[in-house]
Order: sequence, then C-alpha cells, then structure tokens
Amino acid sequence: MYAGIKRFLLPIAEPVLVPTGAVLVAMLLFAGFIALVGQSPPEVFWILYQGGFGSSFSLQNTLVLASPLILTGLAVAIPAQAGMVIIGGEGALAVGALLAAVAGYALHDTAPFIVQLGMLTVGALTGALWFGLSGWLRNYRGVNETISSLLLSYMGIALLNYCIQGPLRDPASTNNPSTRPIGDANMIGNIPGLDVHYGLIIGIVCALIAWFVLKFTTIGLALRAVGGNPRAAQMAGLRVNIWVVGAAAMGGAAAGLSGAIEVAAVHGDANSAIVAGYGFTGILVAFIARQNPLAVIPVAILFGGIDAAGSLLQRRLDMPDATVIVFQGILFVVILASDTFLGRFRFFKPGAASEPKPGTAGAKS
Amino acid sequence: MTEVTESLGWWGLPIAILAGAIRASTPFLLVSLGECITEKSGRINLGLEGVLMMGAMAGYGASLYTGSAWLGVLAAGVVGAALGLLHGILCSLKRVNDIAIGISFMLLGTGLAFFLGKSLIQPQAPTLSSIPFGFWSDSPQIQSALQINPLFLLGIVLAVLLHFAFLRTRWGLRIRIVGDSEDAARAMGFRVVPTRIMATVFGGFLAGVGGSFLSLYYPGSWSEGLSSGQGIMAVALVIFARWEPLRCLWASLLFGAAGALGPAFQAMGLTSGFYLLNALPYVLTLVILILTTAPNRKISGAPGELSLVRQ
Repeated sequence: MYAGIKRFLLPIAEPVLVPTGAVLVAMLLFAGFIALVGQSPPEVFWILYQGGFGSSFSLQNTLVLASPLILTGLAVAIPAQAGMVIIGGEGALAVGALLAAVAGYALHDTAPFIVQLGMLTVGALTGALWFGLSGWLRNYRGVNETISSLLLSYMGIALLNYCIQGPLRDPASTNNPSTRPIGDANMIGNIPGLDVHYGLIIGIVCALIAWFVLKFTTIGLALRAVGGNPRAAQMAGLRVNIWVVGAAAMGGAAAGLSGAIEVAAVHGDANSAIVAGYGFTGILVAFIARQNPLAVIPVAILFGGIDAAGSLLQRRLDMPDATVIVFQGILFVVILASDTFLGRFRFFKPGAASEPKPGTAGAKS
Repeated sequence: MTEVTESLGWWGLPIAILAGAIRASTPFLLVSLGECITEKSGRINLGLEGVLMMGAMAGYGASLYTGSAWLGVLAAGVVGAALGLLHGILCSLKRVNDIAIGISFMLLGTGLAFFLGKSLIQPQAPTLSSIPFGFWSDSPQIQSALQINPLFLLGIVLAVLLHFAFLRTRWGLRIRIVGDSEDAARAMGFRVVPTRIMATVFGGFLAGVGGSFLSLYYPGSWSEGLSSGQGIMAVALVIFARWEPLRCLWASLLFGAAGALGPAFQAMGLTSGFYLLNALPYVLTLVILILTTAPNRKISGAPGELSLVRQ
C-alpha cells in the first residue's frame, strides 16, 4: 500500500517540489532586494497578497488580468510542444486586437452575438497568421523562430500605432487615438454575479482543450515527436513542416484571441493601451507552468494577482510600478536555473526513467 | 538635423541620413561586437536587451553622481559585465537553456532598470561630448553632421582589434575552438566553461557600454522608452555579419541608416508614414535574416556549438 502511494506520488513530487523550492528562493532574493532599497519585506509581501487575493474585489481584479495571461501563456506553451521558443505574443495580441476592432465596427449593426463571434474569429486568425509566419520561416528558411517572432512583435505594435494614428483612426478620438468603437451593446459582458468578463471562461476552456488534445490524442503525440526529434518524426512518416507551422499558428491564435477579447470585453476599441505587457508576462507564465496548458491556468492567476497588486504597492508604499516586474524577473531566472536540479535527486526516482520535458529538450548549449 | 535639411534642400537628406546612421548605429555596433564574442564561444545571450537598459540606467546614474560621463560609461560596462557573468554562470549549469535564461534576463534587466531608474528621469546628468570632424568645411550644416560621438570611434577601433584578435591571438583561437567544437577544445587543453563565461562577461560589458550611449549621448537622457529592441536586433545582426567583427561594423551602419530614415523624413515634414518608417529596422532585420539563412544547411562561418543555428 505504502509502496503504491510512493510509486504514484514520487514522480509528481519532483516537478512540484523543485519549482516550489525555487519560488521560495526567489522570494528570499526579492526580500533581500526590498530590504536593500529600504522597504520592509513582510509589508511588501503582505500588500502583494492583499492586492492580489486579499478581498473579493482584488480577487476579481486578479481574474480580469489573468484572463489574457492564460491565452498569452498558451501562445508560448503550444508552439513549445513542437520544440519552438516563440515569444512574440505581444505583437500577435496587438494585430489581433486591431483587426478584431475593425471587424467589430464593420459588423456593429448586426446582432451582438455575431459581432462578438466575428471579432474573436478575426482576432484568432490574425494571430495565427502572425505566429504561423515565424513557424514557416523556421522550417522553410531556417530563421530562428525566437528572434523572428520578437521582430514580428515589434512590427505588430508599430502597425497598431500607425493604424490608430492614421488610416483607421476614429475622428472623434482626440486625446487617445483609437479605432471606431464597436458599440456598448456589442461588448462581451460579465459572468453573472461577478465583475469578471467571459474572456476568463474562454481562456480556461482553450487551456483545457489544449491540455486534452496534447495529452490524450494522437495530435499531442505527433507534436511531441516533432519537438523531440524532427528527423525521427520525419522517418515515422510525419509531415514535420505542417506540424511546426500548425503549432506556431495555434499559439498565435491564442494570442490574437486575447487581443480580440481585450477589445470586445474591456476597451471597446483598439488603442495603444492594448499593448500592456500581457504578451511578455505570458512568456513567464508558460515557462513557469513548464509549458503545460493545464498548469498555465493557476500560474496565470498567480501572475494576474502579482500584476494587480502592483498599483496597491505604488499607492501604499510609493514604490515604482516596476516593482512587480522585478519580482517576476527574479522568479523567472530562479525557476529556469532550478531546472538543473531536476533528475539529480535519487530520492525522487522510484526506479522508472523520467520522461524528458518538451521545450527543454529542444535547444541546449 | 532640422537645420541641415532646411538649408541644403534635398541634398540635406543623404547627409542627414549619414549623420543619423553613424549616431543610430553606435549602440548596434557595441552590442553586436559583444554578442559576436559571446556567440563565437558557442553561447547566445538573448538578454542583451535587458543588459542594454541596465547599462543605460547605471551609466546615467553614475554620470549624475560622479559628474563625469566617462565614469558613467565605465559603470555601465561594469554593470553589463556583472549581468553577463550571472548569465554565463547560470548557463553553465546542467540542463539550463541559454535561450530561456536570455529571455528571463531581458525581463529582469528591464524591470530592474525601470525600478532603479525611477529617480533618474528628472535630473540632467553630464553627457558625452562629440568630436568635431567637420572643422575643414565652411558649411555649418556639414560641421553639425560630422559631429562624431567618441563611442562610435571606440567601436571602430574595437572591431579592427577583434578582427585581428580572432585571427592572430591565442585568446581568439581559444574562443573560436571552444565555439566550434567542445571536443576539439578539450583535446587541445582549453577549458570550455570558463572560456564561455569570460566571453559572455565581455559581451555584457560591451552591451552595457552600448546602453550608456543611449542615455549619455543620444537621446542623452534616461527614460523608460529608451531602447526599442536594439539589444535583440543586434543579436540578429551578428548572424547577418556571419560572426565577423568587421562585418558587424558595416551591418551596424546599415541598421543605423534604416533607423535614421524615419526621423530624417520627419525632419523634412513628411510625417504621415512616421510610425511605419519606425518599423523599418525590424523589417530590414527580418528580411536580412531570411536572406542570410537557408534551410538544411549551416550558415557559413557559424560556430558549430551555437544552439541558435543548430537545427
């Protein structure tokens, strides 16, 4: 009986305990940093908790911020299954939001349901195209997808800024240039009883679908084969090119969808405030979730909470808004470095060989 | 630049672009030379964007408190080297991926620079002064266009020095061999990990100095929007330059010219496509990457151990 529990628990224990230890180390380092700049670490951590999860108000605020993070996290995690490190979510979000806003305005006289469906479809397709290009360039031209996606990200943000200042600008928007509004009646509403829009549900459903497909279908198996060893996958009869471009495009669809939701549920039009760093935090979310779509959900909520607490930290202690970025940066570095401890503790090995993780198996110096 | 274009008419445009190219290419040149060394040793540091921001912030702060812009440049280099050391050590750990660590440094460096630089946004620190190379001309426009910044000259000297160092010195050989084949390096008695760490420290130092150019020369003040991806474009630029220091120089000038086009047209009153022209350096970088790389074959000159180009 005991041996059975041990056999079942130990393989899960390592991937949970090592990152938990890393989070503790990161918190210690951050506490040291806080003390160095002359603030009280316990107070900062208490405010982080209060601002993120302390009251029903802050919790709902956290969930609103977590909803795009789930999708931008998936934007990194899905391509990672096929061995790609694509980090241009911010740009795919921007172009997704831009074209979704255009679609929303074009459809604004039809029924709200059609407007919303049209916006989400257009946003996802735009994002898919944006990321798909990175995947295509990697496979057909050998261009490193990390760099190309980052360049495409800058281009997407520039395109958004150009369009909202120039050809797509609503003449009525004087102070804050934006596209024409989709109309209040067409906005995606809140989940009944909560101050959180339906985007959260869309994000969670997408994550669940991605997890199910990757874990239980042959699609997931094929992707892992492509990510683990492209040549062997080719030998096994898989059309690697299509899988790679497809995985990149699915990731882009998630990022574009998050842009469309931000327009349809929060802003009502596309403006420069859409580019708020969700794409970059999404990279963090995916890496800390170890590219597991299911784990993306809680990690996104955690980071939504840290983001939400940023403004409280600013108000209460007069600390810069970058405080939370420093905390997230330290967390990121320490968790990546903790990878070195995986597989080193004999305690965690009940005899069976451990399975290599996607994403970490790809490029190795 | 405005005066140049006004009094010289359309001739002012190429001169304005040349002056702008030299100015805008300087951070590219310094960062790409540093990254060239790091990549030649077989590692890639994608975190130079964060190092650049930290360098800009530290350089500005040090210049403000010491009153010397050159001490600021030095401080920026030291901060960059420290980040490079951390990157180098972390990537030497088993199972730790250099690309992922680079991404995390991009985030951490930017966050730290924003945090620590909050109090530096208002005050004006002493900045670097330029060297007037236009003294031979009577035209004030040419004089103003030939105000060359000292860090650009430093970059040229460094590019030439590195070119010969890679070819002729023991250190250059050691870095090249470590980057090309770990086994060969071990066989020759070179220690792989310390060499790579040193190469990353050097790359960090130069990226830090490149950042100090932004805050201490042009634009010449500290703000959070100071860098617009120069750190990451420099990484792509090294691939385009095929890991050759002298080619890094020409490539940087090309990138600088692309970056100078937007402001030059804006100075001439053509503002409509300003935001699109701002995207030009990114488009150029991507097009150049597409043209330089090819599927299923190694790029000529690529270090054999570099994960970036290994499929």
